[in-house]
Amino acid sequence: MYTTEMSPTPKPVAAVREEPAELLAAFEARVAADEFIEPKDWMPEAYRKTLVRQISQHAHSEIVGMLPEGNWLTRAPSLRRKAVALAKVQDEAGHGLYLYCAAETLGTSREQMIEALHSGKAKYSTIFNYPTLTWADMGAIGWLVDGAAIMNQVPLQRTSYGPYARAMVRVCKEESFHQRQGYEVMTVLANGTPEQRAMAQDALDRWWWPSLMMFGPPDENSPNTAQSMRWRIKRDTNDDLRQKFVNITVPQAEYLGLTVPDADLRWDEARGHYDYGPIDWDEFYAVVRGEGPTAKERIKARRAAWESGAWVRDAALAHDAKRAAKAAA
Amino acid sequence: MSGDAPRASRDWPLWEVFVRARGGLSHKHVGSVHAPDGELAMRHARDTYTRRMEGVSLWVVRSADIVASDPAQAGELFEPAASKVYRHPTFYDIPDVVKHI
Amino acid sequence: MPSLPTIQPEDVAAAEHAAHDEGHFDAPAETQIDDALGEYLLRLGDDNLILGQRLTEWCGHAPALEVDLSLANMALDLIGQATLLLDLAGEVEGRGRDADALAFHRDVLAFRNCLMVEQPNGDFAQTMARHFLFATFQVALLEGLAASTNPRLAEIAAKGVKEIRYHAELSADWIVRLGDGTVESRERMIEGLDWHWRFVDELFQMDAVEQDLAARGVAVDRAALRARFDAAVAATLMEATLPAPTYPRGVLGGRKGHHSEHLGHLLAIMQYLPRSYPDARW
Repeated sequence: MYTTEMSPTPKPVAAVREEPAELLAAFEARVAADEFIEPKDWMPEAYRKTLVRQISQHAHSEIVGMLPEGNWLTRAPSLRRKAVALAKVQDEAGHGLYLYCAAETLGTSREQMIEALHSGKAKYSTIFNYPTLTWADMGAIGWLVDGAAIMNQVPLQRTSYGPYARAMVRVCKEESFHQRQGYEVMTVLANGTPEQRAMAQDALDRWWWPSLMMFGPPDENSPNTAQSMRWRIKRDTNDDLRQKFVNITVPQAEYLGLTVPDADLRWDEARGHYDYGPIDWDEFYAVVRGEGPTAKERIKARRAAWESGAWVRDAALAHDAKRAAKAAA
Repeated sequence: MSGDAPRASRDWPLWEVFVRARGGLSHKHVGSVHAPDGELAMRHARDTYTRRMEGVSLWVVRSADIVASDPAQAGELFEPAASKVYRHPTFYDIPDVVKHI
Repeated sequence: MPSLPTIQPEDVAAAEHAAHDEGHFDAPAETQIDDALGEYLLRLGDDNLILGQRLTEWCGHAPALEVDLSLANMALDLIGQATLLLDLAGEVEGRGRDADALAFHRDVLAFRNCLMVEQPNGDFAQTMARHFLFATFQVALLEGLAASTNPRLAEIAAKGVKEIRYHAELSADWIVRLGDGTVESRERMIEGLDWHWRFVDELFQMDAVEQDLAARGVAVDRAALRARFDAAVAATLMEATLPAPTYPRGVLGGRKGHHSEHLGHLLAIMQYLPRSYPDARW
């Protein structure tokens, strides 16, 4: 769910200037016919801007998302867990890479997108502003966070923008083990020593509500949903996906013998869904504003990596320039 | 180092990556990577796109070196072939009883 | 009912030992207790484990996304090799320990990695210096071990050669680019290599354990690999326009469990969970 629109005061995305009616109509017809728009095709400016925001935000989420789990790689409690966790975090780097490249086809550069992230102008999924306090968090993140992300990613494989759809096909293929390994960690803990069980329950207690918030603000606060759905860059509404997530995940928690931290949670036979308690939207918007518990740590880490790595990137370019000069001489 | 203002660092150029999955198949475009030169582009392509044993041959090309057709001209470029149906095998009516043709 | 004699601790130990001598139905019939081989496998396994742990520290912090992927790939190769080697070490040792038991429950004096791999990452140049030197040595070692008279070890080495050849090439690529890049990168590259020269000799040291194994065709004569290593290093340094190595007195001790100050901190982090919860499975 890394693509949620997170403006605290969302406005409909409007066209920058008048665009020819027949080009607009032709574009909408192609999208409605399930065709793919490719990089050099004509597209409305609003479409291009929305996609740059959505794809780059998705990419930022993958990269920042490496940090909470990255926090536990050196402390993984077995060699197999270490290897699996490392492979997962590495996949996330790869996903960020595919998505930055897809966004670049729309006329932005990786450097520009990264500067936007570091300056706070660009957002990343709220979920990565929470700390990973115990090994059980590695299980909870795989189970809940990747679970939520998968629900959003599968439909995006047929999103209207070709490079984005192709990136999502790759992402989905690689994602299959991410959630399973997290749930496996939770299963071992839930069936382990009393301390391990307590660790697992504590992780669920802390990650449950932030995971529900991942799906974004309630539908009535999401004015661009209709347009995004028409453009095939969004398939379900925030509330629909959130409800689906709760319905799927509660039985998984029950299987683990863990308690979902929601006193209002109950199965509604008439609706055929779980009723759940109110979400603290103040917390959500505070995190969107950049006030999440680890917001400063995340941006500091990403800035440090990028800035302290500048001499490396520069050296490689300098070397290539020297080589080109020698070849030309 | 930490006190300095962040340097404006130039991006590494973008490269398109093509993988041939097995002998006999063509190279297929799988995505892009950033790299400062061709050798590192190969390394990055291998590390990004063949982690799950996805191929026997890799090509990398600077994106800037690719000459692409203009989608607005798709009509002139491609329609003539669609109207010349005799290039397609289905145009010819071969009786079912004749094998291997 | 006659009373049974009191069971002494040494009886328990002997019983455990005997139980593994008898073999479980899942252990290969031909695994014999071989202290020298067990010791050797610990050295090989620990080299991979500690270097893999160091590379893991970079995850999420590399100079570019593509580099993050490269470092993680190499870390995964090393952890994979470590797991195979330490599992085999445990079998050969015959005390019921597997790779996890060995990785997470030995203290510094029992670790057998060389000093080079436990050195801190430093900056990217220092990390590449360590990797270039170690991987260049390791390729030669693994090529030799792929012909080991111990079939299990030969198999592990054959798998590792392909992976480590890539590590040696990739790290050499970076030595060249950093050495012959900018003024700053060259300075950092010289310093990074300078950190590690004192740990090169140890890679090529032979002792009685390894001489015995080499005579049996199980292990490789490390000293015989030095000339090839020196030539490969010289070639890359030349291409990188870097000065030739200035080897100070070599620092030894890793193979005896006498490590640098760095290993204790690394293990404190790596081992903390299993040691804090000794009864837990993960």
